[in-house]
Amino acid sequence: MATTDTATGTTPSSAPRSPLAGAVRMADYWATVYRRTWKGSVISSFVTPLLYIVAMGVFLGGFIQDDPAKLEGATSYLAFVAPGMLAAQAMTVVFGEVTYPVMSMIKWQRTFYGMIASPLNIADVVLAHLGFVLFRVGTVCAVFTLVMAPFGVFESWWGVLLSFPVQLLIGLAFAAPLYAITAAMRSESGFSLIFRLGMIPLFLFSGAFFPISNLGPVMEWLARLTPLWHGVDLTRMLVLGTVDWSTAAIHVVYLVTCAVVGYLLAVRTLEKRLID
Amino acid sequence: MTDAAEPMIRAVDLRKSFVSKQGTVEAVKGISVEVRRGESFGFLGPNGAGKSSTMRMVAAVSPITSGELRILGMDPAKDGPGIRARIGVCPQEDTLDTELNVADNLYVYGRYFGLPRADVRTRVEELLEFVQLTEKAKAKVEDLSGGMKRRLTIARSLINRPDMLLLDEPTTGLDPQARHVVWDRLFRLKQQGVTIVLTTHYMDEAEQLCDRLVVMDKGLIVAEGSPLELIRAWSTREVAELRFGVGEHEALAAKVADLAERVEVLPDRLLLYTSDGEETLAKVHERGLAPAVSLVRRSTLEDVFLRLTGRTLVD
Repeated sequence: MATTDTATGTTPSSAPRSPLAGAVRMADYWATVYRRTWKGSVISSFVTPLLYIVAMGVFLGGFIQDDPAKLEGATSYLAFVAPGMLAAQAMTVVFGEVTYPVMSMIKWQRTFYGMIASPLNIADVVLAHLGFVLFRVGTVCAVFTLVMAPFGVFESWWGVLLSFPVQLLIGLAFAAPLYAITAAMRSESGFSLIFRLGMIPLFLFSGAFFPISNLGPVMEWLARLTPLWHGVDLTRMLVLGTVDWSTAAIHVVYLVTCAVVGYLLAVRTLEKRLID
Repeated sequence: MTDAAEPMIRAVDLRKSFVSKQGTVEAVKGISVEVRRGESFGFLGPNGAGKSSTMRMVAAVSPITSGELRILGMDPAKDGPGIRARIGVCPQEDTLDTELNVADNLYVYGRYFGLPRADVRTRVEELLEFVQLTEKAKAKVEDLSGGMKRRLTIARSLINRPDMLLLDEPTTGLDPQARHVVWDRLFRLKQQGVTIVLTTHYMDEAEQLCDRLVVMDKGLIVAEGSPLELIRAWSTREVAELRFGVGEHEALAAKVADLAERVEVLPDRLLLYTSDGEETLAKVHERGLAPAVSLVRRSTLEDVFLRLTGRTLVD
């Protein structure tokens, strides 16, 4: 077997021209990983959110009859909670993907070291991983939206279409900073804190289940600082057709900033940790 | 492309220090080496000699602290990805993806190099055959033995038809049989003309695989040459090993000192460096000394290392 000759018809190996070009080279890796692991995530990704919506939106929501003005323009509690659940689900998927799996890549299996021994740089590998997280957020949110459509909770079809890229943006706004946090962690013991003191309070108090005006002025002000509230509010105004474009623009800028700063921080943290 | 005269590795006064809370540790303290195309080159030394730090700089994953380093004529600080595209790296610890099967591990890795899918598929088949893992193509990585994982990692490092293959402690942790299988594969690569650079703390590995090597100790190169040259320069042809009772070696060394060119006292034996071991051994017996165990052997790189540093390689 010839090992070194660059035989006829073979493209020589090369360095990628940009992080995006590098990330594209990892598409087959993530596709293979997903083919091997999707079964394990089906229930949590696709079934659990629907159980929530049935329990909270249909059965619990049946008791709630309130003025649409108090429900941010929703005509029923189900219509109010559905977009909130959608945005919260986008966040939840991210917490699963960017904690233990990242720790495994840099500490347990050390596959990250193998990846950056190839022509790929850390920025390429992080970008590819974020791309995979977006794929996971995208499939989960698409299925959720399709299942909710027959319930008649969406007022604006173009708003629903627009809410899809918004879910991807929410995913990135969480995934990139969380990637940076995981990259800095030495052991997995911090993850339980991240889930209990980070994800669960965000999930419950960022306006997904009730209007944050109910929280009282101080807590409401705090809730407005969280990325999930920006995501929930943006999603809700889109699907309910109650868009205030200037508020929407603030939401988008906030979420994009989280994503960009998070990505740069993640790459920097990993460069410090892996390249010494 | 590199012109043929350009060495594969050129390092001049290469240094590497790590700064930590405990202070600065200088792992590589100024080494100069040149590795030529088609050569098998070794860094021999004990753990902590600076071999792995050197290897990581050569692999363009660890920036140099000072000095000059060119890999395939390129500067790793400027063209790391370009260098990594053309070398193969087999790290000391396996970094295989245990969620993927054997063939997938190779396939996805080939894609990182920007190689077309069809080329990578053909290459995966060739390489699985080369490392004798064709039957295990669909097996999970975690079900492989240590030796198989090592062979898979070697196959992975060859996926891009590298101009130079870097192996950091390729057989550390393997049982003797698995080591011989790995050596056999590396020897075949060497015969095909692949430039191989390896680190090892096994003198037999260095002797088997290296055309030329440097002996490293405490971040410095203490000797350089072919295995035979090093043995000729730093040791005698033969060694008589004598084992006496525990604690007797130090005292007995004086009684045999004149029988050999040099005597080394180890905790468990005496080493008598001489051109004719049998003759020396006979003289030891003539003096009425009766070692519990005695043997005569050829000098090895282990003896070279002992001579140069006063310590053994594996401790």
